Amino acid sequence: MEAIEKIKEVLVASVQGAQIEIIASTPAAAQPALLVDRDHVAGVARFLKEDDRFKMDFCSCVTGVDYPALGVIEVVYHLYSVALRQGPVVLKVRAPRDLQECHVPSLTPVWRGCEFQEREAYDLYGVKFTGHPDLRRILMWDEFTDHPMRKDYVPPQDYEWEPTPHDATLDRAKAAGGIVPPTALEDAKKK
Amino acid sequence: MAIDPGLKSELQKHGVFTIPFEELYNWSRKSSIWPLQFGLACCAIEMIASAASRYDLARFGAEVFRATPRQADLMIVAGTVTKKMAPQVVRLWNQMPEPKYCISMGACAISGGPFKDGYNVLKGIDRYIPVDVHIPGCPPRPEALIHAIMTLQRKIAGTDLEAGRRPRWYDSSATTDFPIPAFGEHDLVPPANREIWSPPKDYTDVTIAEVLKKS
Repeated sequence: MEAIEKIKEVLVASVQGAQIEIIASTPAAAQPALLVDRDHVAGVARFLKEDDRFKMDFCSCVTGVDYPALGVIEVVYHLYSVALRQGPVVLKVRAPRDLQECHVPSLTPVWRGCEFQEREAYDLYGVKFTGHPDLRRILMWDEFTDHPMRKDYVPPQDYEWEPTPHDATLDRAKAAGGIVPPTALEDAKKK
Repeated sequence: MAIDPGLKSELQKHGVFTIPFEELYNWSRKSSIWPLQFGLACCAIEMIASAASRYDLARFGAEVFRATPRQADLMIVAGTVTKKMAPQVVRLWNQMPEPKYCISMGACAISGGPFKDGYNVLKGIDRYIPVDVHIPGCPPRPEALIHAIMTLQRKIAGTDLEAGRRPRWYDSSATTDFPIPAFGEHDLVPPANREIWSPPKDYTDVTIAEVLKKS
């Protein structure tokens, strides 16, 4: 597997107009990623899958990441090549957090295995995948309107009774005017 | 309706066994509790172990796990009840014929357990259906489940059949339907069945604000 800089060079040369940026990873992950612009991510994905040097035939993971400070939702694809026994190549694509604008091209037409994982990202982060064959919620029920993994998600106020509250749960119970055992409050104070 | 123990013992010597009808009736019912065959998470694995040969739930007459609620007497809620699953659990409960019992098995089924702060987990099945026995544990061992079944058996053995003190299912006009929660935009609607669930009475007099003021 070539270095990430080399992969970027090949991609920029092969996929016309693609704007690719290398995102250095945190030391823990040790996996630098390629940030691709929304318009060219499908082309880049197809190239990575079909080119003989990469043969990225397996998309193992699709997930979303919410960056409220940057105002973006990022979708991360982890790609492996089973044929050449190499990987991962990490593809990232960003969309604005605003629900109306939050859409990226679906990579399900490239890797069929993305279907459920893109549905999950849509369900929990509210990213619309344009070109997805069946974009419905997969974990929450259809009537649900929120996207719970977004950092500004407000969970329902069902804190009326908390037998063992602490930290954030205690704060929520207080805000909801809920009921807790008096001993639990004493325990919280001791901390 | 107690029989004189001396007379009972004397009759037994002659091969005559006497027993109040109530006792016989309750004994036969408590000795053949058929649970509903359904599990929701890891607690179900312990439930399966309880039914298998090592722990052998058959010793208590409760080994016949029925794959349909129509033939089940006992619902063992074994595992995390997600909000998406909760309406289905209530629906199954409604489909079980009376008399029926519910065991809430494990931390999750009691209160949501380690997942109770999650947006997707119901904070205890007792918010929607009446629970007879709670088993703490994460997951509870098979012995704990067996203990719960024995506790339930004691409860069944104590059922009073005298007119006026009979359980609800002898009243043919009593409804056995519990409202099935609907999927709402943010949460289940309603979030709890207020007729059967409310915060424990011991604490309801004091709100957090009052306790904070005092201390």
